[in-house]
Amino acid sequence: MNPFQYSKPADVHEAVHLSSAASRFIAGGTNLLDLMKENISRPEHLIDITGLPLNAIEETAGGGLRIGALVSNADLAWHPLIEQRYPLLSQAILAGASPQLRNMASTGGNLLQRTRCYYFYDATVPCNKREPGSGCPARTGLNRIHAILGASEQCVATHPSDMCVALAALEARVHVEGRGGARVIEFADFHRLPGDAPQRDNQLADDELITAIELPADNLARHSHYLKIRDRASYAFALVSVAAALELDGDEIIDARLALGGVAHKPWRDRAVEASLIGRTVSRETFSDAAEALLQDAEPLQHNGFKIKLARRAIIRALSDAAVAGEQP
Amino acid sequence: MSATPNGAAAQPFVAHPIRLTLNGQDRQLSVLPWTTLLDLLREQLDLVGSKKGCDHGQCGACTVLRDGKRINACLTLAVMCDGAELTTIEGLADGDQLHPMQQAFIKHDAFQCGYCTPGQICSAVGLANEGRAHDSAQIQELMSGNLCRCGAYNNIRAAVEEALPACSNVGGKP
Repeated sequence: MNPFQYSKPADVHEAVHLSSAASRFIAGGTNLLDLMKENISRPEHLIDITGLPLNAIEETAGGGLRIGALVSNADLAWHPLIEQRYPLLSQAILAGASPQLRNMASTGGNLLQRTRCYYFYDATVPCNKREPGSGCPARTGLNRIHAILGASEQCVATHPSDMCVALAALEARVHVEGRGGARVIEFADFHRLPGDAPQRDNQLADDELITAIELPADNLARHSHYLKIRDRASYAFALVSVAAALELDGDEIIDARLALGGVAHKPWRDRAVEASLIGRTVSRETFSDAAEALLQDAEPLQHNGFKIKLARRAIIRALSDAAVAGEQP
Repeated sequence: MSATPNGAAAQPFVAHPIRLTLNGQDRQLSVLPWTTLLDLLREQLDLVGSKKGCDHGQCGACTVLRDGKRINACLTLAVMCDGAELTTIEGLADGDQLHPMQQAFIKHDAFQCGYCTPGQICSAVGLANEGRAHDSAQIQELMSGNLCRCGAYNNIRAAVEEALPACSNVGGKP
Protein backbone atom coordinates (compact mmCIF):
# COMPACT_ATOMS: atom_id res chain seq x y z
CA MET A 1 0.00 0.00 0.00
CA ASN A 2 1.30 3.45 -0.90
CA PRO A 3 1.54 6.16 1.79
CA PHE A 4 -1.34 8.64 1.81
CA GLN A 5 -2.78 11.59 3.68
CA TYR A 6 -5.80 10.96 5.89
CA SER A 7 -8.68 13.29 6.72
CA LYS A 8 -11.92 12.77 8.59
CA PRO A 9 -14.42 15.52 7.74
CA ALA A 10 -17.46 16.14 9.90
CA ASP A 11 -20.00 17.02 7.21
CA VAL A 12 -20.73 16.31 3.54
CA HIS A 13 -19.84 19.84 2.43
CA GLU A 14 -16.35 19.56 3.93
CA ALA A 15 -15.91 16.06 2.49
CA VAL A 16 -16.66 17.02 -1.10
CA HIS A 17 -14.47 20.14 -0.83
CA LEU A 18 -11.53 18.03 0.37
CA SER A 19 -11.83 15.70 -2.62
CA SER A 20 -9.65 15.76 -5.72
CA ALA A 21 -8.80 13.50 -8.65
CA ALA A 22 -6.07 11.95 -6.46
CA SER A 23 -8.29 11.31 -3.42
CA ARG A 24 -10.78 8.60 -2.58
CA PHE A 25 -13.59 8.52 -0.07
CA ILE A 26 -13.41 5.57 2.32
CA ALA A 27 -16.19 4.03 4.42
CA GLY A 28 -16.08 0.23 4.83
CA GLY A 29 -12.89 0.00 2.80
CA THR A 30 -13.51 -3.66 1.97
CA ASN A 31 -12.79 -3.23 -1.73
CA LEU A 32 -10.68 -0.06 -1.76
CA LEU A 33 -8.06 -1.30 0.74
CA ASP A 34 -7.85 -4.61 -1.12
CA LEU A 35 -7.18 -2.70 -4.36
CA MET A 36 -4.60 -0.53 -2.59
CA LYS A 37 -2.78 -3.60 -1.27
CA GLU A 38 -2.53 -4.84 -4.87
CA ASN A 39 -1.36 -1.39 -6.06
CA ILE A 40 -4.37 -1.22 -8.39
CA SER A 41 -5.58 1.90 -6.59
CA ARG A 42 -2.99 4.38 -5.33
CA PRO A 43 -4.81 7.37 -3.84
CA GLU A 44 -2.71 10.15 -2.34
CA HIS A 45 -5.41 11.09 0.12
CA LEU A 46 -8.12 9.07 1.85
CA ILE A 47 -11.15 10.97 3.07
CA ASP A 48 -12.78 8.98 5.87
CA ILE A 49 -16.52 9.61 5.58
CA THR A 50 -17.57 7.44 8.53
CA GLY A 51 -18.08 10.55 10.67
CA LEU A 52 -20.76 11.94 8.34
CA PRO A 53 -24.42 11.81 9.41
CA LEU A 54 -25.51 9.33 6.71
CA ASN A 55 -26.54 6.39 8.87
CA ALA A 56 -30.33 6.54 8.94
CA ILE A 57 -33.06 4.50 7.24
CA GLU A 58 -36.08 6.78 6.96
CA GLU A 59 -39.55 6.56 5.43
CA THR A 60 -40.15 8.96 2.55
CA ALA A 61 -43.32 10.98 1.96
CA GLY A 62 -44.09 8.79 -1.06
CA GLY A 63 -44.17 5.59 0.98
CA GLY A 64 -40.65 4.47 0.10
CA LEU A 65 -37.45 4.38 2.10
CA ARG A 66 -34.34 6.54 2.09
CA ILE A 67 -31.21 4.63 3.09
CA GLY A 68 -28.19 6.59 4.26
CA ALA A 69 -25.03 5.79 2.30
CA LEU A 70 -23.19 4.69 5.45
CA VAL A 71 -25.72 2.07 6.58
CA SER A 72 -23.79 -1.21 6.63
CA ASN A 73 -24.82 -4.02 4.29
CA ALA A 74 -25.65 -6.18 7.34
CA ASP A 75 -27.79 -3.52 9.02
CA LEU A 76 -29.60 -2.91 5.74
CA ALA A 77 -30.30 -6.58 5.01
CA TRP A 78 -31.61 -7.20 8.51
CA HIS A 79 -33.58 -3.97 8.95
CA PRO A 80 -37.24 -4.82 9.71
CA LEU A 81 -38.57 -2.40 7.07
CA ILE A 82 -36.30 -3.87 4.40
CA GLU A 83 -37.17 -7.46 5.31
CA GLN A 84 -40.86 -6.57 5.22
CA ARG A 85 -41.14 -4.26 2.19
CA TYR A 86 -38.08 -5.12 0.09
CA PRO A 87 -37.24 -8.78 0.81
CA LEU A 88 -35.58 -8.97 -2.62
CA LEU A 89 -32.94 -6.49 -1.44
CA SER A 90 -32.44 -8.34 1.82
CA GLN A 91 -31.95 -11.66 -0.01
CA ALA A 92 -29.52 -10.16 -2.50
CA ILE A 93 -27.35 -8.58 0.17
CA LEU A 94 -27.24 -11.77 2.23
CA ALA A 95 -26.22 -13.73 -0.89
CA GLY A 96 -23.07 -11.61 -1.18
CA ALA A 97 -19.71 -11.52 0.61
CA SER A 98 -19.30 -12.81 4.18
CA PRO A 99 -20.86 -11.71 7.49
CA GLN A 100 -17.65 -9.87 8.41
CA LEU A 101 -17.57 -7.97 5.11
CA ARG A 102 -21.29 -7.17 5.32
CA ASN A 103 -20.68 -5.66 8.78
CA MET A 104 -18.02 -3.39 7.30
CA ALA A 105 -19.24 -2.57 3.79
CA SER A 106 -21.45 0.49 3.31
CA THR A 107 -24.51 0.92 1.12
CA GLY A 108 -22.82 3.61 -0.98
CA GLY A 109 -19.58 1.67 -1.26
CA ASN A 110 -21.36 -1.41 -2.53
CA LEU A 111 -22.30 0.54 -5.68
CA LEU A 112 -18.66 1.50 -6.20
CA GLN A 113 -17.15 -1.99 -6.07
CA ARG A 114 -14.78 -2.65 -8.92
CA THR A 115 -14.81 -5.72 -11.10
CA ARG A 116 -13.15 -8.92 -9.94
CA CYS A 117 -11.75 -9.62 -13.43
CA TYR A 118 -8.43 -11.41 -12.81
CA TYR A 119 -6.62 -9.21 -15.32
CA PHE A 120 -7.86 -5.99 -13.72
CA TYR A 121 -6.49 -7.26 -10.39
CA ASP A 122 -3.07 -8.20 -11.83
CA ALA A 123 -0.91 -5.10 -12.20
CA THR A 124 1.66 -7.03 -14.28
CA VAL A 125 -0.65 -7.44 -17.30
CA PRO A 126 -2.47 -4.95 -19.56
CA CYS A 127 -6.04 -3.91 -18.74
CA ASN A 128 -8.05 -1.14 -20.38
CA LYS A 129 -10.00 -0.54 -17.19
CA ARG A 130 -6.82 -0.08 -15.15
CA GLU A 131 -4.66 1.52 -17.86
CA PRO A 132 -6.77 2.86 -20.74
CA GLY A 133 -5.41 1.80 -24.11
CA SER A 134 -3.20 -1.00 -22.79
CA GLY A 135 -5.40 -3.85 -24.05
CA CYS A 136 -7.76 -6.52 -22.76
CA PRO A 137 -6.20 -9.95 -22.13
CA ALA A 138 -9.58 -11.28 -20.94
CA ARG A 139 -11.11 -11.09 -24.40
CA THR A 140 -8.91 -13.92 -25.63
CA GLY A 141 -7.75 -15.30 -22.29
CA LEU A 142 -9.41 -16.83 -19.26
CA ASN A 143 -12.93 -15.44 -19.56
CA ARG A 144 -15.18 -17.97 -17.87
CA ILE A 145 -16.52 -15.35 -15.41
CA HIS A 146 -16.85 -12.53 -17.93
CA ALA A 147 -19.69 -10.68 -19.65
CA ILE A 148 -22.16 -12.08 -22.17
CA LEU A 149 -24.15 -8.85 -22.57
CA GLY A 150 -23.19 -5.23 -23.25
CA ALA A 151 -19.43 -5.85 -23.48
CA SER A 152 -17.11 -3.94 -25.82
CA GLU A 153 -13.87 -4.65 -27.68
CA GLN A 154 -12.19 -2.74 -24.85
CA CYS A 155 -13.61 -4.58 -21.87
CA VAL A 156 -15.59 -7.74 -20.97
CA ALA A 157 -15.61 -7.24 -17.19
CA THR A 158 -18.71 -7.78 -15.04
CA HIS A 159 -20.01 -5.80 -12.09
CA PRO A 160 -19.62 -7.92 -8.95
CA SER A 161 -22.44 -6.66 -6.69
CA ASP A 162 -25.51 -8.65 -5.69
CA MET A 163 -27.12 -5.72 -3.89
CA CYS A 164 -27.03 -3.61 -7.05
CA VAL A 165 -28.95 -6.24 -9.03
CA ALA A 166 -31.83 -5.94 -6.56
CA LEU A 167 -31.57 -2.13 -6.50
CA ALA A 168 -31.81 -2.11 -10.31
CA ALA A 169 -34.95 -4.25 -10.21
CA LEU A 170 -36.45 -2.05 -7.48
CA GLU A 171 -35.74 1.13 -9.50
CA ALA A 172 -33.75 2.76 -6.72
CA ARG A 173 -32.53 6.33 -7.03
CA VAL A 174 -29.00 7.36 -6.08
CA HIS A 175 -28.64 10.65 -4.23
CA VAL A 176 -25.23 12.25 -4.70
CA GLU A 177 -23.64 15.51 -3.65
CA GLY A 178 -20.66 17.34 -5.11
CA ARG A 179 -19.15 20.80 -5.01
CA GLY A 180 -21.75 21.95 -7.53
CA GLY A 181 -24.65 20.74 -5.38
CA ALA A 182 -26.83 17.67 -5.09
CA ARG A 183 -28.46 15.55 -7.81
CA VAL A 184 -30.41 12.32 -8.10
CA ILE A 185 -29.44 9.56 -10.55
CA GLU A 186 -31.82 6.81 -11.64
CA PHE A 187 -30.25 3.46 -10.81
CA ALA A 188 -30.38 2.31 -14.43
CA ASP A 189 -28.23 5.31 -15.38
CA PHE A 190 -25.76 5.11 -12.49
CA HIS A 191 -23.45 2.38 -13.78
CA ARG A 192 -22.02 2.51 -17.31
CA LEU A 193 -21.42 0.00 -20.04
CA PRO A 194 -17.69 -0.19 -20.87
CA GLY A 195 -17.80 1.18 -24.44
CA ASP A 196 -14.50 2.85 -25.22
CA ALA A 197 -14.01 4.18 -21.65
CA PRO A 198 -14.01 1.07 -19.44
CA GLN A 199 -11.99 2.91 -16.79
CA ARG A 200 -15.23 4.63 -15.82
CA ASP A 201 -17.55 2.28 -13.96
CA ASN A 202 -20.27 4.84 -13.28
CA GLN A 203 -21.46 8.42 -13.79
CA LEU A 204 -20.02 9.90 -10.57
CA ALA A 205 -17.68 12.87 -10.86
CA ASP A 206 -14.48 12.88 -8.75
CA ASP A 207 -15.94 15.30 -6.22
CA GLU A 208 -19.31 13.57 -5.92
CA LEU A 209 -20.25 11.51 -2.89
CA ILE A 210 -23.19 9.11 -2.66
CA THR A 211 -25.31 10.32 0.25
CA ALA A 212 -28.37 8.04 0.08
CA ILE A 213 -30.24 5.38 -1.87
CA GLU A 214 -33.97 5.91 -2.23
CA LEU A 215 -36.38 3.04 -2.77
CA PRO A 216 -39.76 3.97 -4.24
CA ALA A 217 -42.95 2.38 -2.92
CA ASP A 218 -44.05 -0.69 -4.88
CA ASN A 219 -46.30 -3.75 -4.74
CA LEU A 220 -43.55 -6.26 -5.46
CA ALA A 221 -42.63 -7.44 -1.96
CA ARG A 222 -44.83 -10.51 -1.91
CA HIS A 223 -43.71 -12.10 -5.16
CA SER A 224 -39.98 -11.57 -5.38
CA HIS A 225 -36.94 -13.79 -5.42
CA TYR A 226 -33.16 -13.41 -5.71
CA LEU A 227 -31.40 -16.42 -7.22
CA LYS A 228 -27.61 -16.59 -7.23
CA ILE A 229 -25.62 -19.26 -9.07
CA ARG A 230 -21.95 -19.55 -8.09
CA ASP A 231 -19.07 -21.99 -7.99
CA ARG A 232 -19.43 -22.81 -4.28
CA ALA A 233 -22.36 -22.82 -1.88
CA SER A 234 -21.53 -19.53 -0.18
CA TYR A 235 -19.10 -16.61 -0.19
CA ALA A 236 -18.40 -16.45 -3.92
CA PHE A 237 -19.25 -13.99 -6.68
CA ALA A 238 -22.16 -14.79 -8.99
CA LEU A 239 -21.66 -16.56 -12.28
CA VAL A 240 -25.25 -15.56 -12.95
CA SER A 241 -27.77 -14.02 -10.59
CA VAL A 242 -31.39 -13.01 -11.11
CA ALA A 243 -33.53 -10.51 -9.24
CA ALA A 244 -37.15 -11.28 -10.12
CA ALA A 245 -40.25 -9.51 -8.82
CA LEU A 246 -43.89 -9.74 -9.89
CA GLU A 247 -47.14 -8.06 -9.00
CA LEU A 248 -49.93 -10.57 -9.60
CA ASP A 249 -53.71 -10.54 -9.80
CA GLY A 250 -54.46 -14.20 -9.46
CA ASP A 251 -52.34 -15.71 -12.22
CA GLU A 252 -52.17 -12.52 -14.26
CA ILE A 253 -48.99 -10.47 -14.24
CA ILE A 254 -49.69 -6.80 -13.41
CA ASP A 255 -46.08 -5.65 -13.09
CA ALA A 256 -42.72 -7.36 -13.56
CA ARG A 257 -39.08 -6.64 -12.84
CA LEU A 258 -36.14 -8.69 -13.97
CA ALA A 259 -32.46 -7.88 -13.49
CA LEU A 260 -29.39 -10.02 -14.06
CA GLY A 261 -26.05 -9.98 -12.25
CA GLY A 262 -22.73 -11.54 -13.26
CA VAL A 263 -23.40 -11.09 -16.98
CA ALA A 264 -22.50 -7.47 -17.78
CA HIS A 265 -20.58 -4.35 -16.77
CA LYS A 266 -23.70 -3.24 -14.88
CA PRO A 267 -26.85 -4.89 -13.52
CA TRP A 268 -28.68 -5.93 -16.71
CA ARG A 269 -32.28 -4.91 -17.18
CA ASP A 270 -34.50 -4.74 -20.28
CA ARG A 271 -37.72 -2.81 -19.80
CA ALA A 272 -39.22 -4.08 -23.05
CA VAL A 273 -38.93 -7.64 -21.75
CA GLU A 274 -40.56 -6.65 -18.46
CA ALA A 275 -43.36 -4.90 -20.35
CA SER A 276 -43.91 -8.02 -22.46
CA LEU A 277 -44.72 -9.97 -19.30
CA ILE A 278 -47.54 -7.65 -18.29
CA GLY A 279 -50.97 -9.10 -19.01
CA ARG A 280 -49.67 -12.64 -19.46
CA THR A 281 -50.39 -15.47 -17.05
CA VAL A 282 -47.86 -17.17 -14.82
CA SER A 283 -46.49 -20.18 -16.66
CA ARG A 284 -43.24 -21.78 -17.66
CA GLU A 285 -43.89 -20.71 -21.25
CA THR A 286 -44.34 -17.07 -20.23
CA PHE A 287 -41.10 -17.08 -18.25
CA SER A 288 -39.24 -18.98 -20.95
CA ASP A 289 -40.27 -16.36 -23.52
CA ALA A 290 -38.95 -13.61 -21.24
CA ALA A 291 -35.64 -15.44 -20.80
CA GLU A 292 -35.23 -15.89 -24.56
CA ALA A 293 -35.98 -12.23 -25.19
CA LEU A 294 -33.63 -10.98 -22.47
CA LEU A 295 -30.76 -13.09 -23.79
CA GLN A 296 -31.32 -12.73 -27.54
CA ASP A 297 -28.30 -10.43 -27.94
CA ALA A 298 -26.01 -12.42 -25.63
CA GLU A 299 -22.56 -13.06 -27.09
CA PRO A 300 -20.33 -15.75 -25.64
CA LEU A 301 -16.56 -15.55 -25.33
CA GLN A 302 -14.44 -18.68 -25.59
CA HIS A 303 -15.04 -19.95 -22.05
CA ASN A 304 -18.31 -18.41 -20.86
CA GLY A 305 -20.87 -19.73 -23.35
CA PHE A 306 -22.35 -21.83 -20.55
CA LYS A 307 -23.59 -18.61 -18.95
CA ILE A 308 -26.23 -18.12 -21.65
CA LYS A 309 -27.90 -21.45 -20.96
CA LEU A 310 -27.38 -20.97 -17.23
CA ALA A 311 -28.94 -17.50 -17.32
CA ARG A 312 -31.94 -18.77 -19.32
CA ARG A 313 -32.65 -21.46 -16.74
CA ALA A 314 -31.96 -19.13 -13.81
CA ILE A 315 -34.43 -16.54 -15.15
CA ILE A 316 -37.19 -19.15 -15.50
CA ARG A 317 -36.51 -20.53 -12.04
CA ALA A 318 -36.28 -17.11 -10.35
CA LEU A 319 -39.56 -15.92 -11.93
CA SER A 320 -41.25 -19.22 -11.04
CA ASP A 321 -40.04 -18.98 -7.44
CA ALA A 322 -41.09 -15.32 -7.27
CA ALA A 323 -44.58 -16.26 -8.48
CA VAL A 324 -45.11 -18.74 -5.65
CA ALA A 325 -43.24 -16.74 -2.98
CA GLY A 326 -45.51 -15.48 -0.26
CA GLU A 327 -48.11 -18.23 -0.92
CA GLN A 328 -49.17 -20.45 1.94
CA PRO A 329 -47.71 -23.95 1.55
CA MET B 1 8.07 19.69 -1.54
CA SER B 2 6.58 18.10 -4.60
CA ALA B 3 3.21 19.05 -5.96
CA THR B 4 0.26 16.70 -5.97
CA PRO B 5 -1.74 16.29 -9.22
CA ASN B 6 -4.41 18.68 -7.98
CA GLY B 7 -1.81 21.38 -7.53
CA ALA B 8 -1.69 21.50 -3.75
CA ALA B 9 1.67 21.32 -2.00
CA ALA B 10 2.29 17.83 -0.62
CA GLN B 11 2.08 17.59 3.13
CA PRO B 12 4.38 15.32 5.14
CA PHE B 13 2.83 12.03 6.16
CA VAL B 14 1.89 12.18 9.80
CA ALA B 15 0.91 9.67 12.43
CA HIS B 16 -2.54 10.14 13.93
CA PRO B 17 -3.46 9.74 17.59
CA ILE B 18 -6.21 7.21 18.28
CA ARG B 19 -7.90 6.01 21.45
CA LEU B 20 -9.23 2.47 21.75
CA THR B 21 -10.80 0.25 24.32
CA LEU B 22 -8.81 -2.89 23.52
CA ASN B 23 -9.81 -6.05 25.38
CA GLY B 24 -11.26 -3.87 28.12
CA GLN B 25 -8.23 -1.60 28.48
CA ASP B 26 -8.07 2.05 27.48
CA ARG B 27 -5.22 2.50 24.98
CA GLN B 28 -3.90 5.73 23.49
CA LEU B 29 -1.82 5.07 20.40
CA SER B 30 -0.27 6.78 17.43
CA VAL B 31 -0.70 5.17 13.99
CA LEU B 32 0.31 5.93 10.43
CA PRO B 33 -2.77 6.11 8.18
CA TRP B 34 -1.88 3.03 6.11
CA THR B 35 -1.47 0.72 9.13
CA THR B 36 -4.18 -1.93 9.15
CA LEU B 37 -5.80 -2.92 12.40
CA LEU B 38 -4.29 -6.39 11.95
CA ASP B 39 -0.76 -5.00 11.64
CA LEU B 40 -1.33 -2.71 14.62
CA LEU B 41 -2.41 -5.66 16.76
CA ARG B 42 0.31 -8.05 15.63
CA GLU B 43 3.31 -5.83 14.95
CA GLN B 44 2.92 -2.96 17.41
CA LEU B 45 0.91 -4.42 20.28
CA ASP B 46 2.20 -8.02 20.19
CA LEU B 47 -1.33 -9.42 20.12
CA VAL B 48 -0.55 -12.21 17.66
CA GLY B 49 -3.66 -14.30 18.24
CA SER B 50 -5.38 -12.68 15.25
CA LYS B 51 -3.79 -14.29 12.21
CA LYS B 52 -2.76 -12.97 8.81
CA GLY B 53 -3.97 -15.64 6.42
CA CYS B 54 -4.77 -14.06 3.06
CA ASP B 55 -4.58 -10.35 4.06
CA HIS B 56 -7.42 -9.72 1.56
CA GLY B 57 -10.60 -10.41 3.53
CA GLN B 58 -11.10 -13.83 2.00
CA CYS B 59 -10.13 -16.24 4.81
CA GLY B 60 -11.40 -14.71 8.07
CA ALA B 61 -8.32 -15.66 10.14
CA CYS B 62 -8.00 -12.01 11.25
CA THR B 63 -11.60 -11.72 12.52
CA VAL B 64 -12.00 -9.49 15.59
CA LEU B 65 -14.96 -7.75 17.21
CA ARG B 66 -15.44 -3.99 16.81
CA ASP B 67 -18.22 -2.62 19.01
CA GLY B 68 -19.49 -6.21 19.23
CA LYS B 69 -19.56 -6.80 15.47
CA ARG B 70 -17.19 -9.19 13.69
CA ILE B 71 -14.94 -7.60 11.08
CA ASN B 72 -11.83 -8.47 9.06
CA ALA B 73 -8.92 -6.66 10.78
CA CYS B 74 -6.82 -6.97 7.60
CA LEU B 75 -9.21 -4.72 5.63
CA THR B 76 -9.63 -2.16 8.41
CA LEU B 77 -7.41 0.88 8.85
CA ALA B 78 -6.34 1.32 12.47
CA VAL B 79 -6.78 5.08 12.19
CA MET B 80 -10.48 4.50 11.40
CA CYS B 81 -10.95 2.63 14.72
CA ASP B 82 -10.53 5.77 16.83
CA GLY B 83 -13.04 5.58 19.68
CA ALA B 84 -13.92 1.91 19.05
CA GLU B 85 -14.22 -0.95 21.49
CA LEU B 86 -12.18 -3.87 20.16
CA THR B 87 -12.07 -7.48 21.33
CA THR B 88 -9.53 -9.97 20.03
CA ILE B 89 -9.13 -13.65 20.87
CA GLU B 90 -6.86 -12.54 23.74
CA GLY B 91 -9.75 -10.66 25.33
CA LEU B 92 -12.46 -13.33 25.36
CA ALA B 93 -11.49 -15.32 28.46
CA ASP B 94 -12.27 -13.99 31.92
CA GLY B 95 -8.93 -14.54 33.64
CA ASP B 96 -8.42 -18.31 33.67
CA GLN B 97 -12.08 -18.93 32.82
CA LEU B 98 -12.35 -19.62 29.10
CA HIS B 99 -15.20 -18.11 27.11
CA PRO B 100 -17.99 -20.67 26.42
CA MET B 101 -17.07 -20.62 22.71
CA GLN B 102 -13.44 -21.42 23.51
CA GLN B 103 -14.52 -24.27 25.79
CA ALA B 104 -16.80 -25.66 23.08
CA PHE B 105 -14.01 -25.61 20.48
CA ILE B 106 -11.83 -27.69 22.84
CA LYS B 107 -14.66 -30.06 23.72
CA HIS B 108 -15.53 -30.73 20.06
CA ASP B 109 -11.91 -30.81 18.85
CA ALA B 110 -12.89 -28.06 16.40
CA PHE B 111 -9.43 -27.54 14.93
CA GLN B 112 -6.41 -29.34 13.60
CA CYS B 113 -3.54 -26.93 12.89
CA GLY B 114 -5.26 -24.11 14.79
CA TYR B 115 -4.30 -21.26 12.48
CA CYS B 116 -7.88 -20.29 11.66
CA THR B 117 -9.15 -20.92 15.20
CA PRO B 118 -8.85 -17.41 16.75
CA GLY B 119 -10.77 -16.00 13.78
CA GLN B 120 -13.32 -18.82 13.89
CA ILE B 121 -13.97 -18.22 17.60
CA CYS B 122 -14.22 -14.43 17.30
CA SER B 123 -16.50 -14.87 14.30
CA ALA B 124 -18.71 -17.30 16.22
CA VAL B 125 -18.98 -14.84 19.12
CA GLY B 126 -19.97 -12.16 16.61
CA LEU B 127 -22.52 -14.61 15.21
CA ALA B 128 -23.98 -15.01 18.69
CA ASN B 129 -24.20 -11.23 19.10
CA GLU B 130 -26.14 -10.99 15.81
CA GLY B 131 -28.76 -13.49 16.98
CA ARG B 132 -29.57 -14.63 13.42
CA ALA B 133 -28.40 -18.26 13.49
CA HIS B 134 -31.07 -20.62 14.79
CA ASP B 135 -30.11 -23.97 13.28
CA SER B 136 -27.18 -25.89 11.90
CA ALA B 137 -27.72 -24.75 8.30
CA GLN B 138 -27.86 -21.10 9.32
CA ILE B 139 -24.67 -21.52 11.36
CA GLN B 140 -22.96 -23.04 8.34
CA GLU B 141 -24.03 -20.19 6.03
CA LEU B 142 -23.24 -17.44 8.55
CA MET B 143 -19.78 -18.89 9.33
CA SER B 144 -18.86 -18.92 5.62
CA GLY B 145 -16.46 -16.00 6.07
CA ASN B 146 -14.03 -18.24 7.96
CA LEU B 147 -12.10 -20.82 5.98
CA CYS B 148 -10.44 -23.87 7.54
CA ARG B 149 -7.93 -25.50 5.22
CA CYS B 150 -7.74 -28.57 7.50
CA GLY B 151 -11.45 -29.05 6.89
CA ALA B 152 -12.55 -29.18 10.52
CA TYR B 153 -15.90 -27.67 9.55
CA ASN B 154 -18.12 -30.39 11.03
CA ASN B 155 -16.58 -30.03 14.47
CA ILE B 156 -16.51 -26.23 14.23
CA ARG B 157 -20.23 -26.23 13.46
CA ALA B 158 -20.92 -28.60 16.36
CA ALA B 159 -18.93 -26.39 18.74
CA VAL B 160 -20.68 -23.22 17.60
CA GLU B 161 -24.10 -24.85 17.80
CA GLU B 162 -23.51 -25.96 21.36
CA ALA B 163 -22.03 -22.70 22.61
CA LEU B 164 -24.40 -20.21 20.96
CA PRO B 165 -27.05 -20.27 23.71
CA ALA B 166 -24.38 -19.72 26.39
CA CYS B 167 -22.90 -16.64 24.71
CA SER B 168 -23.91 -13.32 26.18
CA ASN B 169 -23.05 -10.14 24.35
CA VAL B 170 -19.28 -9.70 24.14
CA GLY B 171 -17.22 -6.78 23.00
CA GLY B 172 -19.53 -3.84 23.42
CA LYS B 173 -23.07 -3.19 22.31
CA PRO B 174 -23.25 -2.26 18.63
